[in-house]
Amino acid sequence: MPIRVGIPRALLYYYYFPLWQDFLQRLGAEVVVSDLTTKGILTRGVEHCVDEACLPIKLAFGHVKNLVDKKVDAIFLPRMVSVAQGEYICPKFLGFPDMVKQNVPGLPTVIDTAINVRKKQQDIHRFTREVGVHFNKGAVKSWLAYQRSLPIHIRYTKLLEQGHLPDEAVAVLAGKKPKALAETDLKVAVIGHPYNIYDPFISMNLISRLRKSGVKVITADNLTEQMVSQGVKRLPKKLFWTLSRRMTGGALTLHDTNAVDGIIHVAAFACGPDSMTGELIERFIRRDRKVPFMNINLDEHTGEAGVVTRLEAFLDMVRWRRQAV
Amino acid sequence: MKVTFPHMGYMYVSLKGMLEYLGIDVVVPPPCSKRTLNLGVKHSPEFACLPLKLNIGNFIEARELGADTIMMAGGCGPCRFGYYAYVENEILKDLKIDYNLVVMEPPEKHIGELLGRIRKITGNRPWLQVIKALRFGFLKAKAVDEIENLSYQIRPRELVKGTTDRALEKSIDLVNEAATPTALTRALAQAKEVMAAVPADRGRPALKVALIGEIYTLLEPYSNVNIERHLGYLGVEVERAMMLSQWINDHLFMGVVRNLPSSDRFKKVASPYLNHFVGGHGEETVGSAVWYAQQGFAGAIQVLPFTCMPEIVAQSILPKVSENTGMPIMTLIMDEHSGEAGLITRLEAFIDLLQRKHEQKEALTS
Ligand code: SF4
Ligand code: SF4
Repeated sequence: MPIRVGIPRALLYYYYFPLWQDFLQRLGAEVVVSDLTTKGILTRGVEHCVDEACLPIKLAFGHVKNLVDKKVDAIFLPRMVSVAQGEYICPKFLGFPDMVKQNVPGLPTVIDTAINVRKKQQDIHRFTREVGVHFNKGAVKSWLAYQRSLPIHIRYTKLLEQGHLPDEAVAVLAGKKPKALAETDLKVAVIGHPYNIYDPFISMNLISRLRKSGVKVITADNLTEQMVSQGVKRLPKKLFWTLSRRMTGGALTLHDTNAVDGIIHVAAFACGPDSMTGELIERFIRRDRKVPFMNINLDEHTGEAGVVTRLEAFLDMVRWRRQAV
Repeated sequence: MKVTFPHMGYMYVSLKGMLEYLGIDVVVPPPCSKRTLNLGVKHSPEFACLPLKLNIGNFIEARELGADTIMMAGGCGPCRFGYYAYVENEILKDLKIDYNLVVMEPPEKHIGELLGRIRKITGNRPWLQVIKALRFGFLKAKAVDEIENLSYQIRPRELVKGTTDRALEKSIDLVNEAATPTALTRALAQAKEVMAAVPADRGRPALKVALIGEIYTLLEPYSNVNIERHLGYLGVEVERAMMLSQWINDHLFMGVVRNLPSSDRFKKVASPYLNHFVGGHGEETVGSAVWYAQQGFAGAIQVLPFTCMPEIVAQSILPKVSENTGMPIMTLIMDEHSGEAGLITRLEAFIDLLQRKHEQKEALTS
């Protein structure tokens, strides 16, 4: 029987799921994904995680718990130290596997091999080898499996750049036809960590709400690396958080090139990087008074009604401004 | 040029000593106060960590006293500290407060970058002079540490409440005023006498509690609502996991000074609880809890600012350390709403627990 490996639908799932799934399958695993986020999953997460943690980490605890309940044989929680040279993700990503192991009861095997290409790209060999051990695969076989999975990752990233959302891109990879989008009259950027903006429950359906109101949504993941680095150029120092760098660079490029009619920044309760880069983005944008800006803070208790009202008011304002010019 | 820097406990003694040794004008910001905090909170992002908010307050208050240049440390992630200076600069810009910003941080490319930054402060003064000044500042930090360590032993045993605090202030002032290495040697000797003169029952046994956690909230008494003092008043002998000289060596001097008590002793024992560094001092915090338990401490208290990322990782692991070692650990989260009354109540309850545990142990072993 194949080993059933669980992948939580949280954190970097939104960037790496197709790659990880394919890689694990090639190693002989059966991949199980945790369920779509629900109130229940979040509540379980809150129960097992310290109060002071940010919302996405609490939610990730809930998804791990969901996999424990599904009785998987192993949970895939690579320690995401660094996915780009000279950068990190966030201290909590570095400690996440240990936080889980010390707090969630009844865990199966946790595959928490580090991914760390901060200093050198080749470190990925170590990663593939160590993961392979769990499936009795040798270093070469594991490395080959990973190499064969990479094209999927490249296709996935391309689909994201073309404007598909993660779940749509996953569907396209699985052979489905992309859905045609409704007519739009506005372009709005939604800037936030992928695990905040793409999780419909956590974001209170922000993106589909915007689409329904005739808005074409652009996220930082729809931009090429070149556009992102253009945006962060004006910063006095390299931003060392990969996701925040993408968000900041994306927001600033879209702002500088007048590519959008409005920018919505989505921050998570108690997120460290958001508190810094959100501040920078907001200050830079407000100084120019060129593009309307709105900030949404997500926490366990954010009321959907309040957000909807603010969103409607924001869109009215954006539309009104567009007609005025 | 008038140079200022953010407060962090008695760090000003060391930095002021170093800069004035070179004949550079220094503006020490007024000590952190309610006003400092209010200014900081008003102009900083809501979820910024407390040190950033207090830094902003320090810089606004230092500007009122004529400072025009900020000197501070930086870093290259993953914790927020590495981007502090730049976010603070943008905030100040919008307030129309223009500072020259000089950030001492590990160079991105080569050591020349760092030397260039030092030059922005020291101008054309010869490097030998600069090195002497660094050494002098460092000696001051060590002197401050020595005095603070004495206060930890004396305060729980003082006969009249508050005498240690006054002696400590006086001793620090003596060290602060010394302008040359020779004067510093004399000042330190004098300071030790002042501390020795505090009437105290020196043989009295006291519970030993370790203060662990995030460096700023450990070192800056305003940010930890004077936790050291309150523990002392409760008859507890404190040991602080991180002292000023160590931090200066690690973060401003890039670790050039050898043979200091190093946080390596903590890192070594952090595994199996935490198996990777997590930025800031998260790994050290977990390790220090293990280490102090091994040293037989009665308990440990972790202090951290609200939303501090590395310490939240540590916080979620400490309960396991406590469970396995049997040493009680309490976590105190500091933010702009932390008040003295609440702190004292929590400390009393915790010390009470340690006391009872201690008595049980005594009863069992005697
Ligand atoms: S980046 Fe922010 S939201 Fe993500 S784990 Fe870190 S603190 Fe939490
Ligand atoms: S260690 Fe904590 S308090 Fe200090 S800068 Fe980092 S996140 Fe903020």
